[in-house]
Amino acid sequence: MNTHYFSDMSVMLGRSMRHIFRSMDTIITVTITPIAMMLLFVYVLGGAIQTGTDNYVNYLLPGILLMAIASGIAYTSYRLFMDMQRGIFERFHSMPIARSAPLWGHVLTSLVSNAISVLVIILVALLMGFRSSAGVLSWLAVTGILALFTLALTWIAVIAGLSATSVDGAGAFAYPLIFLPFISSAFVPTESMPSVVRAFAENQPVTSIVEAIRALLSGQPVGNNIWIALAWCVGIMLVAYVFAMRAYKKRM
Amino acid sequence: MQNQAIQVKGLQKSYKELHVLKGVDFEVEKGCIFALLGSNGAGKTTIIKILTTLLKQDSGTATVTGFDVATEPVNVRQAISLTGQFAAVDDILTGRENLIMIARLRHLENPRQVAEDLLDRFGLTDAADRAVSTYSGGMRRRLDIAMSLVGKPQLIFLDEPTTGLDPEARLEVWKTVKELADNGTTVFLTTQYLDEAEQLADRIAILHEGKIIANGTLADLKKLFPPAKVEYVEKQPSLEDIFLAIVGKKEVKVQ
Repeated sequence: MNTHYFSDMSVMLGRSMRHIFRSMDTIITVTITPIAMMLLFVYVLGGAIQTGTDNYVNYLLPGILLMAIASGIAYTSYRLFMDMQRGIFERFHSMPIARSAPLWGHVLTSLVSNAISVLVIILVALLMGFRSSAGVLSWLAVTGILALFTLALTWIAVIAGLSATSVDGAGAFAYPLIFLPFISSAFVPTESMPSVVRAFAENQPVTSIVEAIRALLSGQPVGNNIWIALAWCVGIMLVAYVFAMRAYKKRM
Repeated sequence: MQNQAIQVKGLQKSYKELHVLKGVDFEVEKGCIFALLGSNGAGKTTIIKILTTLLKQDSGTATVTGFDVATEPVNVRQAISLTGQFAAVDDILTGRENLIMIARLRHLENPRQVAEDLLDRFGLTDAADRAVSTYSGGMRRRLDIAMSLVGKPQLIFLDEPTTGLDPEARLEVWKTVKELADNGTTVFLTTQYLDEAEQLADRIAILHEGKIIANGTLADLKKLFPPAKVEYVEKQPSLEDIFLAIVGKKEVKVQ
């Protein structure tokens, strides 16, 4: 019965795209805080931050992008929760379509809407003086890391959306994730932090991801960071996927 | 071919300690309107969920259009359609887009035409290209039922189709259900309104404390009571009659 899998998926994706483009306010909500942060850090605080680079926007951008993705996936969770509440999931599941198609529809939506947010923020950063010497391959690598990061967080969002009992609960899990870039090398180098904080900052996923993207965008050697970043993303994604699927089977 | 659209034998289901279904048996003939009557929490929705393959029973068997719901869910899903307790429509899409989406998911030949026909049949053509979030409760329910008819399923499940609707919208839904049955579709509906079952159903089953305690035609059920006494009572219009008479813009008669 899976002969229609891809056509079912494309219907689900079509539905999601309409949702995204008819509620552009979600993109604005998602991008406005990271953009405000970027303005604040570059034009207010940035002058006092010593990063060892002459262009603070370049230094800041990777962390800002991760923040945007972390707040973007709150909507994935919200959309999923609303679908379950309104009964449209039950309709889909009582139809002869692939069981997981509705869920994958949400995952693809998350990828697309976060890609749009990231693009908007990069455009604003360009206006603020962001410049990159990265070639096509480096940009592809950055896109890949961001996509993996989005997927990893999306599956966490799926768990939250499936197991939440209220709309507020569905989105609340995202707050600590949004906050995570602050305790990393996203805004300031970790050298200035007290040792305990520094140990946490240097060993949490955001730092390696930020460092890898920063190196790729500035044409520096990426070193080990890219592998650590990839390991974090893939690891989180797999674990979250397993739990999300378990939650999904339980709910259905 | 057999004449039974649904056969249920010894169906049991518990949610943790809560024993909701304690051995439910009934059959539904093809082409009839079957009403499952019961108070809130009696287990009506649980039965619907099992019959529509959304939930697995603990024990007992259920076949729908000849297929076992537990072992042949895909065949069951081909033959049925579910209209749940809350209108399962997509608020952000338009009415037309909702119908086209379902037609595509049912892999029909001409989704646009299917949508067009159903919009017309359910009086939604004027609102077809408006987002569903702007629809009234009655319109949402009509669209909901229209979505269930995409692909002409043999059997349609309606879980409390008129709960939360105003009297006018309620009559509209009743009319729709009657038309469905006239066209040969089997309708399985649950309701907590006695008059709804009385108006619509060919057969009525009463679910109480996890079992079917009565099952038959309205006439059968009436026989369970002592013979009627003749009394003269002045017929006062009910508030519903008054409401409909005053509002009275649409004359929807249900025989």
